[in-house]
Amino acid sequence: MVNPNLDPRGYQPGGVPSRERRFRVTTWARANLFNSWLNAVLTLATLWLIWTVCWPLLKFLLIDAVWDGASRVDCLADRVGRDVGACWPFIGAKLPQLLYGFYPINEQWRVNLTAALGLGLLVPLLMPSLPYKTANAILFFGVYPVVGFVLLVGGMLGLEHVETRLWGGLLVTLVIAVTGIVGSLPLGILLALGRRSEMPAVRGVSIIFIEFWRGVPLITVLFFATYMLPLFLPAGWAINPLLRVMIGVMLFAAAYMAEVVRGGLQAIPRAQYEAAQALGLGYWRMMGLVILPQALKLVIPGIVNNFIGLFKDTTLVLIVAIFDLLGQLRAAFSDPNWAAPTTVATGFAFAGIIYFCFCFGMSRYALWMERRLNPADR
Amino acid sequence: MTEPGKAAPAAPGRAMPLADPRFRSIFFQTVLIVTVLAAGYVAVINADANLRAQRIATGLGFLDHPAGFGINQTLIAYSEADSYGRVFVVGLLNTLLVSVIGIVLATIVGFVVGIARLSSNWLIARAAGAYVEVMRNLPLLFQILFWYLAVLGTLPSPRQSLSIADSIFISNRGIIVPSFAFGDGAEIVLAALMLGIGATAALGMLSRHRRRATGRPLTLWWAAVLLLVGLPLAVLAATDFPIGIERPVLRGFNFVGGVRMLPEFAALLIALVTYTGAFIAEIVRAGILSVHRSQTEAAYALGLTRGLALRLIVVPQALRLIVPPLTSQYLNLTKNSSLAVAIGYPDLFAVFAGTTLNQTGQAIEIIAITMAIYLLLSLTTSALMNWYNARMRLAER
Repeated sequence: MVNPNLDPRGYQPGGVPSRERRFRVTTWARANLFNSWLNAVLTLATLWLIWTVCWPLLKFLLIDAVWDGASRVDCLADRVGRDVGACWPFIGAKLPQLLYGFYPINEQWRVNLTAALGLGLLVPLLMPSLPYKTANAILFFGVYPVVGFVLLVGGMLGLEHVETRLWGGLLVTLVIAVTGIVGSLPLGILLALGRRSEMPAVRGVSIIFIEFWRGVPLITVLFFATYMLPLFLPAGWAINPLLRVMIGVMLFAAAYMAEVVRGGLQAIPRAQYEAAQALGLGYWRMMGLVILPQALKLVIPGIVNNFIGLFKDTTLVLIVAIFDLLGQLRAAFSDPNWAAPTTVATGFAFAGIIYFCFCFGMSRYALWMERRLNPADR
Repeated sequence: MTEPGKAAPAAPGRAMPLADPRFRSIFFQTVLIVTVLAAGYVAVINADANLRAQRIATGLGFLDHPAGFGINQTLIAYSEADSYGRVFVVGLLNTLLVSVIGIVLATIVGFVVGIARLSSNWLIARAAGAYVEVMRNLPLLFQILFWYLAVLGTLPSPRQSLSIADSIFISNRGIIVPSFAFGDGAEIVLAALMLGIGATAALGMLSRHRRRATGRPLTLWWAAVLLLVGLPLAVLAATDFPIGIERPVLRGFNFVGGVRMLPEFAALLIALVTYTGAFIAEIVRAGILSVHRSQTEAAYALGLTRGLALRLIVVPQALRLIVPPLTSQYLNLTKNSSLAVAIGYPDLFAVFAGTTLNQTGQAIEIIAITMAIYLLLSLTTSALMNWYNARMRLAER
């Protein structure tokens, strides 16, 4: 109900909320929804629009949905004898593939453990009130990738080796997104420092790198990694397809990360640099102890927003034949056992809910952090 | 400004050359340049050896070779016998087509939703907010595939197509809309339209001139309506209607007449517009919110009406904040149109980096050309943006 206050176009009759002693729906509605002839029409039109979107959606997802079944026939309208909405058994049958791809069933606990470890390290890192941030960050950015690699790939410590071509689904989506962000942060910081360096060659190389990756679509980067990169390596060197894509995503994300970090560096007042120099700190100690801790804290929302973009962009890997969540979903559509009229829409509903939950959750966090960092703004 | 490293002065008398900041700076830069050059050299050597081993041709000669595949949407004449060079142009035009239409529509969606989010009407503001959140938080490729597979893919065949007023037909073959049919004398009508536009622009300039000189603008809207609508219509009637509208008609299994929009094109366009529109809405909202309330109040205090305050005070200030991120959204839309390759809309990326690359195997040349095109677009846009920013900064003070 803040909207009338924020409306910069000025006072609208009745738009300013009066300090009512008792809240009444009718009074409120008259003040906010039906305060003028035009507004009443718009309100009714919006109500109609919401109804035409939400009611079919609700009907499809819940009311008309089929909840159990073993194959496509259970989701056919003639079999069920009524309108058929979402075919949830399809998701149930495909769930292991949507989450893990073809990762061996007996080894899936390793994926779960990796996810749990990651969550256990990430959540405390994101909560500003918890202590030991440095140790936590070292664990997450330094130790966790190694542990995760050992757990997921295996082939050592008695763990069975699982080839990456068996990986798929949400596992691949998260692996690419997390390695992308973990790898691009240090690289992005270096590039941001390079872009603000006084050395012309360092600055030049950084600017060219950043502007190049920011100027091309991610899909060309993925094609570059898939088709062009192998040609640049010595004959006989074959890089794993997943690793190729991860390198491409990392370089791409690093360029965007550099720009976010640069924004933070620019926001640090000159006096901070001068004070650090007056204390006799060299370049790296000045940056590491004084400037970067402040700058990075300022840009946490930007980093999270970058991560949201990266998370959404991981879907593009399906174009170079890596089966992420969306790719695995598309593969599931071609299963003749589940070829029913509503399975495609059901699949999209399921994947949509997952993507939305991840991205929406992260964007709320970024927003919350932003408010926390500059409370005077609001 | 001093280089940060210089702040720690070299201890006098020490002979360590690395302790001298000037030497250190030159040393590091040399190391960096040598590393970059060496990496480039190794890459070239490897590429040369690999291409030779795999017997892949090099150079741009392939652009003249016949392509041998068909493209289902071409803005210029194209046949399978045409060269890869022509494929490139066809693809580029298709990319530009979807980008330009997408940019226009996304701007409209973005401004409407962005302003709706600031509406004093609680319901409208919330509905617009929900739209923005849903669209922004779903991956674009997800949305493209959704429209393509889950919506357009389930439409009926042309014979049972849904029709709107018997002139727009929607089926799984695409969306068919009426087209213009040009007869003899159509040029005269178009010339009249051009004349109307030119005359209106001239009147606008005259009005601005008049306002500068006297403080009073000319009232123009009726003249503009007459010139833009009345004149062409009058000429149209006088020349016995040489421009007509051709409605699509179902003949056999398909439609004749009208313009057909491929389902791939429609899916890509809808997804690009709704997705980018949500981002533009946020930019518009932030831009309008950035104009402090006191500006509007001051305008009212000067006696400006609501419309005038909006037009003369709020919008010009908001635009200064809106335009730079808006251009980068336009650029994003253009870059994102390359996702067409996932559903087979024949854009630059799909026909050139997709099909042509598969057929010729010349990955280096093709990906380099494709990247160069997108890079050119980006750099041009950011140059324009910098120019605009510089201009706006001058206007500020």
